Amino acid sequence: MIGIFRIALKLLINDRAKFAALVVGITFAIFLIVQLTSIFAGILTKASANVINIGSRVWVMDLSVNNPLNAIPMPDYVLDAVRSMDGVKYAVPLYSGTALVKMKSGGYQPATVLGLDDASLLGRPELIEGRIEDIYGENAFIVVKDQEYTKLEEPVIGTTFEVNDHRGVIVGIARVASSGLFGIPTLYTTYNRALQYLPNTRFTIAHVLVEPKSEADIPEIKNQIAKIGYMGLTDKEFQKKIADFYMYKTGAGVNILMMMMIGFLVGLSISGQTFYTFILENLEKFGALKAIGAKNSELVYMILFQISFASFIGYGLGVGFSSCLIAAGKKYVPSYTADIGFWNLGLAFFMVLIIAGVSSLLAVRKVIRVEPFDILRG
Amino acid sequence: MAETAVRATELEKSFGEGTARTYAIRGISFEAYFGEMLYFVGPSGSGKTTLLSMISGILRPDSGTVMVDGKDIWGLSANEIADFRLNKVGFVFQDYHLFPKLSTVENVAIPLILKKQDWNGSMKTAMEFLEVVGIANRASLPPVKLSGGEQQRVAIARAIASRPDILIFDEPTASLDGTTGKRILEFVKNNILNDNRCILIVTHDSRIFEYADRIIEMEDGRIVKIVSGGEIEG
Repeated sequence: MIGIFRIALKLLINDRAKFAALVVGITFAIFLIVQLTSIFAGILTKASANVINIGSRVWVMDLSVNNPLNAIPMPDYVLDAVRSMDGVKYAVPLYSGTALVKMKSGGYQPATVLGLDDASLLGRPELIEGRIEDIYGENAFIVVKDQEYTKLEEPVIGTTFEVNDHRGVIVGIARVASSGLFGIPTLYTTYNRALQYLPNTRFTIAHVLVEPKSEADIPEIKNQIAKIGYMGLTDKEFQKKIADFYMYKTGAGVNILMMMMIGFLVGLSISGQTFYTFILENLEKFGALKAIGAKNSELVYMILFQISFASFIGYGLGVGFSSCLIAAGKKYVPSYTADIGFWNLGLAFFMVLIIAGVSSLLAVRKVIRVEPFDILRG
Repeated sequence: MAETAVRATELEKSFGEGTARTYAIRGISFEAYFGEMLYFVGPSGSGKTTLLSMISGILRPDSGTVMVDGKDIWGLSANEIADFRLNKVGFVFQDYHLFPKLSTVENVAIPLILKKQDWNGSMKTAMEFLEVVGIANRASLPPVKLSGGEQQRVAIARAIASRPDILIFDEPTASLDGTTGKRILEFVKNNILNDNRCILIVTHDSRIFEYADRIIEMEDGRIVKIVSGGEIEG
């Protein structure tokens, strides 16, 4: 059988124009599928940036919350109630809000301000400059050095600015796993300072961050939170809720899906048409092979091998080009976001299997039906 | 008397249905023998190619039998008939049907590869057959770089590579000039034909009749005359 595959391979790759068109079609489709799904995955990751960066195991929030930006403040008793629940190791408040920062140049820049629990600083970022204890200093803020960092005029330790007419000073520079979706810089401070500096409603806790005593306690903790009229979600559940919100309630998911389908259909039509033409042009040769003694099954294997080979080359190139573009984009384009994961590689692989299947289906039907007698008869 | 290679009995074949039905072969019976070069001649539409297709396991007759090695080939399964074609029959097509994207030696090796011989062994054997037909020095070239006569030789090498008992030539000189055509037939008669092989040739070309042992003349799907070698020379 290896010999037959080698013949099939030579027939395919020695027809360079057709082979190139076939591979280009599949590469194009896979490139678009991987690129678009990666961008979407990147958007979802960025949308969940706070959840990822703070890293709490369980998040408590109002029932109406569907993403971290529209946190609905909760009264203080929620924190006390959660702290008293069975299975809770500890629980702390998190402040999340947006402030207008006036920089030294006189320019203004909105920024996300996260207020960490004063006692524990749970959810603090990893510092690359400065000391975490300096966050307790007067007017202290820690700035996140992410893609949005330059918008605050690249502050260093000691840089001062104004937050809602209060003086602020940078005491640390941090890095986080993911920067936010909406292109604004992030500042960390303590919970109490955040309350002092930012205008507040009657209630101030955006989220209660909960550390369970064990993983087994989480379902019971969630039940108890539900009983007081709020919602408890694990970090993964919260990320899924955010992803579902952007996917189903903002139109982003549908539009990305449609773009992906267009890429898929273009790739399918290029490769399907090219492969079908390739088979049609070689139909007499397949008939001659039948006359010589090739069985239908062997010809089908040849066709499947040819389309599989082209598909896998196209898949590899498509994923490769897409990865290169994503790597370059992340390096040179500040707001670019794309994450390649097993799920979108798997989706692209599934799509390439469909392209290969549909392309070969027509070809196989044609080859099975060709009669060697027609070849003899001319 | 030479051993019988093929025995066809009362073969019938028609195409189409109802009033559009045409009878291509009408009750033909004949025998072909090992060591014999048997020609099928006749005007276009007389049924020559249809007859050879039925003998070679390509086209199923409406009725009648084709006995090879004591077996009716049309009693075999589809896969067994494919094996029969691979092992017992070698084709030299009118247009050769060589693969332009493969080298000459790879073209010749195709039947060997279909017989599941390994790649290197197939290439080695194919080279031996290219030497038999005298174009081993062209082995690495694609067929399109060869002359018509050379392509014919490649097709012959491919046909004999699986060492078949029956060789079928379909209009072997149709694409060749007279001299090359005669040279090819002379070569086939002297080098390819032997006591264990029967060669069946469909042709219109009277210039090559001199190489036939017998000629079966056909018309309207029937055999109208069988001429022996002596009579041809006469």
